[in-house]
Amino acid sequence: MSSVFPLNPSYLVLIAPALTAAVLGAVPSWRLGVWINCAGSAATFLAALLLPWQVGRPEPYLLIDPLGVYLVVLTAFVGMTTSWFSVGYVRVEIARRRLDRRRLRLYHAMYQVFVGAMLLALLSDNLGVTWVAIEAATIAAVLVVGLPRTAEAVEASWKFFLICGVGIALALFGTIVLYLAALPVLGPGTAAMSWSTLLPAASRCDGAVLNLAFVFLLLGYGTKAGLAPFHAWMPDAHAEGPTPVSAVLAGSILNVALCVLLRLRGLLAANEAAGGGAIPPGGALMAFGLMSVLMAAFSLWPRRDVKRFFAFSSIEQSGLAAFAFGLGGPVATFAGLLHMTLHTLAKASVFQCVGRASQLKGGQTFADIGGLMASHRMLGITLAVSVIAVAALPPLGLFASEFLIGTQTILRMPWLALPLALGLLVGTWALLARLQGLCLGAPTPDRGPAPDALALLPVWLMLAAVLVLGIAMPAPVSDWLRMAAG
Amino acid sequence: MRGATMTHHIGFGALSYDLAHLLGGTALVLSFALLYQRRVSAVVNTYALQALVVAAAAAWQGWVQNEPQLYLTALIALVAKAIIIPLALHGIIRRLEIHRSIETAFGVFPSMAVGVLLVVLAILVVLPTTLGAATLTREDLATALSVVLLGLLAMITRRNAPTQVVGFFSLENGLILAAVGVTGMPMVVELSTAFLVLVAFTVFGLFFFRIRDRLGSLDTRRLDLVTEEPR
Repeated sequence: MSSVFPLNPSYLVLIAPALTAAVLGAVPSWRLGVWINCAGSAATFLAALLLPWQVGRPEPYLLIDPLGVYLVVLTAFVGMTTSWFSVGYVRVEIARRRLDRRRLRLYHAMYQVFVGAMLLALLSDNLGVTWVAIEAATIAAVLVVGLPRTAEAVEASWKFFLICGVGIALALFGTIVLYLAALPVLGPGTAAMSWSTLLPAASRCDGAVLNLAFVFLLLGYGTKAGLAPFHAWMPDAHAEGPTPVSAVLAGSILNVALCVLLRLRGLLAANEAAGGGAIPPGGALMAFGLMSVLMAAFSLWPRRDVKRFFAFSSIEQSGLAAFAFGLGGPVATFAGLLHMTLHTLAKASVFQCVGRASQLKGGQTFADIGGLMASHRMLGITLAVSVIAVAALPPLGLFASEFLIGTQTILRMPWLALPLALGLLVGTWALLARLQGLCLGAPTPDRGPAPDALALLPVWLMLAAVLVLGIAMPAPVSDWLRMAAG
Repeated sequence: MRGATMTHHIGFGALSYDLAHLLGGTALVLSFALLYQRRVSAVVNTYALQALVVAAAAAWQGWVQNEPQLYLTALIALVAKAIIIPLALHGIIRRLEIHRSIETAFGVFPSMAVGVLLVVLAILVVLPTTLGAATLTREDLATALSVVLLGLLAMITRRNAPTQVVGFFSLENGLILAAVGVTGMPMVVELSTAFLVLVAFTVFGLFFFRIRDRLGSLDTRRLDLVTEEPR
């Protein structure tokens, strides 16, 4: 492989979005821009597909491990389907004058910067670089969320920026303390900030300092993962920003933050097992996870805005994944990773459908959108299937992952099963209750153009993946996930 | 390398130790000053002074640790955060006409009391957990964490956007203080922090523009909002 490319092909997955962003920044025509955005995202996804063959190759700056590669492929896939969705979305927004041509250029460039920065965060070996990448992704997302320039959008992006700014500041402090913990073992320099050298040396690091680092990194990246009580930015950013950003935001940035927390868990667990003095990291992760599940499940009920509603649902699912990671062990971690994957796909589907529906109905509250099944059968059915997937009903994939997490909880922490089940039931109930209003009943009047026939294709692609992963997961995928779960 | 050997003979009475403490302490005092300033421009000036102190602390650590890259950090802190950003903030204040005094959410005495509690918290958290590290590093880290926490407090107690931003920047000063205090911290952190401040500022600049923009054309947008998003 290396003789064909002068460069390790792993870098292609980072170069593609960077180049696309530069081109998009230079091309003034938005009609051309939407297609360049699509092509760039597809190229990124193809480059990501090369990565599984690069695992284990020594590489000075990148960490190409099963966990990172799997999340890169997932993020690039959602980035690609959403760029496709964005084509139709942008046309309608231009017609409705919610976005103007000049701002579209920024929107498209920032879309690529956002996706590229997240891929860098997932692949980087150096914690400092990961931090910079997450910060860059945040800034790109903030710029896009504020684009509609309505009073609400400006307020949402301001809130997004302040809360996440504080979050990443705390994460940086945690990174500095983590370096301090590894300093006596690995010496000054980048070795003490790289996962590949930190993880083998974990048992010899100073456990007490690791604990301090863990607290700050958990607070910082927990904010990005949307864990309660640091979730306040999420509902606003999802509701007010352009829908394609909600679709990508819902899955990927949460996944990036959870990935860092998962690696950190491995670090502390190794230190604790060797008697290094670190606290078991599971307890804190479970506490934040459970808190998020319960808070989000009950917050779903009073929501009137559809996108805000599904943002709370994302908080719930992110909390559930964090809970599974906190539970620990190969099975629960496997279930947590599977849950993250399926939720990313299902939630991107939901947001794409909701985006179409809100453009069709000219509003994004539950009062605006109703009876889709009667007026636009295909859109209604697709939205219903997506919501049922998020609600974790069989046969769709999330049932399998939630079932695994549930059984593991009963097996290992039976007293936590009750609050967890309560949260999940209340959440599912809210989703199904709202689904009835959205899809059944009397249709609300249309105030916008109907989506064309091909518009829902990316959603079907993602839902097919959710279905297949739920009932008949291919052996290579499950092997890969098992490797990633360690 | 030199840092590792230094840990043995740095202590109270050594100049490197005393001066680092003095600078860290001054930054902390300025964090308290940020909490009680009443005028927006005074808040900005206090921040500029703090950035200056942090730049000096970085330069001093560069000398003590024999790390030339820390001089660069000091230079960035000096130029960007002690000069350019405060000037720009003053410009924004003038343009938005918010010279007037601003109320804090808690009042001066309670926020100072909470600030003292936060410093105690930082010391109680950092000192017992970092027994293995060098004395100077530990105490620097405790001071830095105090500055970070006071920056957070300043963000919470301030109501208007420019002063919240200054609280956030002061928090960044704390991060720089932490990064330079740890021996041999790779350059990436200093650069990225400096980068963050610059970018953050551009973003904030955009926000200020938009907020003004929005006020200027509130009427038409309000109509838009009512038809599109009844809420």
